Amino acid sequence: MSSGGIKTEPFILNIGPQHPSTHGVFRVKATVDGERVIDAEMVMGYLHRSMEKLAEERTYTQNIPFTDRTDYLSSMSNNLGYCLAVERLAGVDVPARGNAIRVIMAEFQRLSSHSMAIGTFVNDTGAWQTPVMWSLREREYILDLFEMTSGARLTCNYMRIGGVSFDLPKEFEPAARKVLARLKPYLDEMEGMLTENEIFIVRTRNVGVLPQELAINSSASGPMLRGSGVPWDIRKAEPYCGYEKYDFEIPIGYQGDSFDRFLVRLEEMRQSVKIIEQALDGLPGGPHSTQVPLAIRPPKGEVYGRVESPRGELGYYLVSDEGPSPYRFHIRPPALINLSALRAMTVGGTIADAIVVLGSIDIVLGEVDR
Amino acid sequence: MSSLVTSNWYDIRDLSNISRDILEGLANVLPHGVVYVLAPVLGFIATFILVVLPSQLIVGVYGERKIIGRVQSRFGPNRVGPFGLVQPIADSIKLMQKEALTPKYADRAIMWLAPIIFVAPCVMLFAVIPFGPRMILANIPVALLYFVAVSSMPVLAAFMAGWSANNKYSLFGAIRIISMAVSYEVPLVLGLLGIVLFTQTLSLQDMVEWQRHYHIWLIAAEPVAFVLYFIGVGVELNRTPTDIAEAESEIVAGYLTEYSGMKWGLFYGMDIGYALAAAAFGSTVFLGGWSMFGLDHWVPPWMIIIGKTHLFYFLFIWTRGTLPRLRIDQLMSFAWKFMLPVALFNLLVIATERMIWVQNDLADGIVYVFAAVNIVLALAALVFWSRFLGYRPENTPKKPRMVREAGGYVPLPTGKETR
Repeated sequence: MSSGGIKTEPFILNIGPQHPSTHGVFRVKATVDGERVIDAEMVMGYLHRSMEKLAEERTYTQNIPFTDRTDYLSSMSNNLGYCLAVERLAGVDVPARGNAIRVIMAEFQRLSSHSMAIGTFVNDTGAWQTPVMWSLREREYILDLFEMTSGARLTCNYMRIGGVSFDLPKEFEPAARKVLARLKPYLDEMEGMLTENEIFIVRTRNVGVLPQELAINSSASGPMLRGSGVPWDIRKAEPYCGYEKYDFEIPIGYQGDSFDRFLVRLEEMRQSVKIIEQALDGLPGGPHSTQVPLAIRPPKGEVYGRVESPRGELGYYLVSDEGPSPYRFHIRPPALINLSALRAMTVGGTIADAIVVLGSIDIVLGEVDR
Repeated sequence: MSSLVTSNWYDIRDLSNISRDILEGLANVLPHGVVYVLAPVLGFIATFILVVLPSQLIVGVYGERKIIGRVQSRFGPNRVGPFGLVQPIADSIKLMQKEALTPKYADRAIMWLAPIIFVAPCVMLFAVIPFGPRMILANIPVALLYFVAVSSMPVLAAFMAGWSANNKYSLFGAIRIISMAVSYEVPLVLGLLGIVLFTQTLSLQDMVEWQRHYHIWLIAAEPVAFVLYFIGVGVELNRTPTDIAEAESEIVAGYLTEYSGMKWGLFYGMDIGYALAAAAFGSTVFLGGWSMFGLDHWVPPWMIIIGKTHLFYFLFIWTRGTLPRLRIDQLMSFAWKFMLPVALFNLLVIATERMIWVQNDLADGIVYVFAAVNIVLALAALVFWSRFLGYRPENTPKKPRMVREAGGYVPLPTGKETR
């Protein structure tokens, strides 16, 4: 922005770790020239809790609550990914009812997480709290359902190795259908308020463009990757929990800007509603869980289990030495890997753009730092 | 001035009657000169009861929070007092108890001065607002110029606040507010210039009389000027969607980042004060002021203007609860590329109409013809100019593409779908 005879020089602006829009304790050391960002360096690790090392000291079952606390906005998906990995390692089968309940819970979790993601993202563009309040309102009803089944709202600790911890209560199905009926008008409302909103479009369109090649090379996943127009979804590519039985589509974006990522998230919520309805209609009877020993000792070996969490491909890499606890426990956090392309997306834009891009990635710092 | 208003003390359509009677009565009873001391005290109390309490506290603080709360499907303040009505007082007590921090490397003197300079012009602004046929503190002939000049003074205070705090976020807020004010003052004043051409006066009282005389509000006669005023004043007041200087998601709180306690409270309170002054000015110029198509004979005019001010203020609350925020470069280009040409076009149209009116010595009814022409031309100008600048909403895809199978590339569509 230097022009004429005025001598200007760039300076460093610390965005975070305490900043309203970093969604936790995350820091961007941005070098700015006026309003323009010419360099951005990410600093993370403020929330590091050494989860992977801690998990090596606890039994396989004891590790499930840890996975709740990595990505605290989608505990069900995290439980599910970990349990799938252990089941694959130990060769445990899950009964049909358990699988259906898992799908219902994971999709409800996706709905709650995406509504939170959209709300906070729109908050970052400057809509003064209204969309985030609407999102939180709808999220509350979903959290009520979680409370009904697992007893907890945020860190549910619901999935177990071999199934789920409790069967669905009798009143769950009508309550779930009521929540789904509420969600549809909410999605239309958000669509009317935001996708038709000219200010929202100019703030997000062509902002933080992640081209297809870069999206794939930086191994982004989830709505980030799909927003760039790459049809990749673990639920379709490597179905688990019987996702191949459900009829749903993958939304993909056009050019990978923030608006595309928003559109993809909104449409994914509609698809999740569709999946849950199918799962509720065809809910099989029978047991909800296979009985496995509490201190399970899987045979020697290693396994990588992955699920499509709301933020992308969530993987758990486990190595067993036939002991009661994993020899090595590694998480592939989608938020961290999606975040790695931040510099490429923010440099060249303004500070306001950088905030919007950060919001559109939908990071959860508990997962980034673990 | 054809008005039914009498000079009897019980005629509350003009409150100056009762104040005059009270002061004259006191002057007769009390020793000589004491009434001059009592008069400002009484004026302060009356202003507080009539303007500050209903407007600043109940509408500005409580009403804004309550309405925003309803927009966001929550209750808003409802704990302190009946319906939470005492909330503003509880807030101000809390603010006074808080420590007003000054950072170690801040410029202390300027940081202290900024809130004081911010407060004074707000009180001055209300001096020229006519609250009734005779209820006006200073009926100066250049009231419009006075208002525009005084209302740009808080920008200086905001810049002082941002500069003195020695904080990068504050500096950003300060730079942003200066550039915004400089850019938006131009189309705003150009829009008001059209009003002046039409009404042939700079006095706000005469503008109200003009609107009474022709039985038309200037919002209908000059819609473009109203749009320019609403957007421009929203920018200068830092109201959403243009609250860029205090953008809380980007630069924390802009120029207020380092302020706390009552020093911050003065900024907050006077922000509402400025918004109310802008609303009062807007409803005076565009919405007929204290006149209401003859209703002002029966309802006290000061009630009408205060009601209109609150309605105007509701527009600010409404946009704040609904819209996201623009980016600084988009805001600047909007001012210079869109608003300035439209303002100039509007001025050209108004000047031509005024010329036709004067030269042909037309009857009063021609105002309605001009209003109809102006409304059509305003819509045409807004649509045509935005399309000319490349605004194509239909080219933005509003739905993602859907695929059924994972894997592989889907080539990007070319041509119309991407922008």
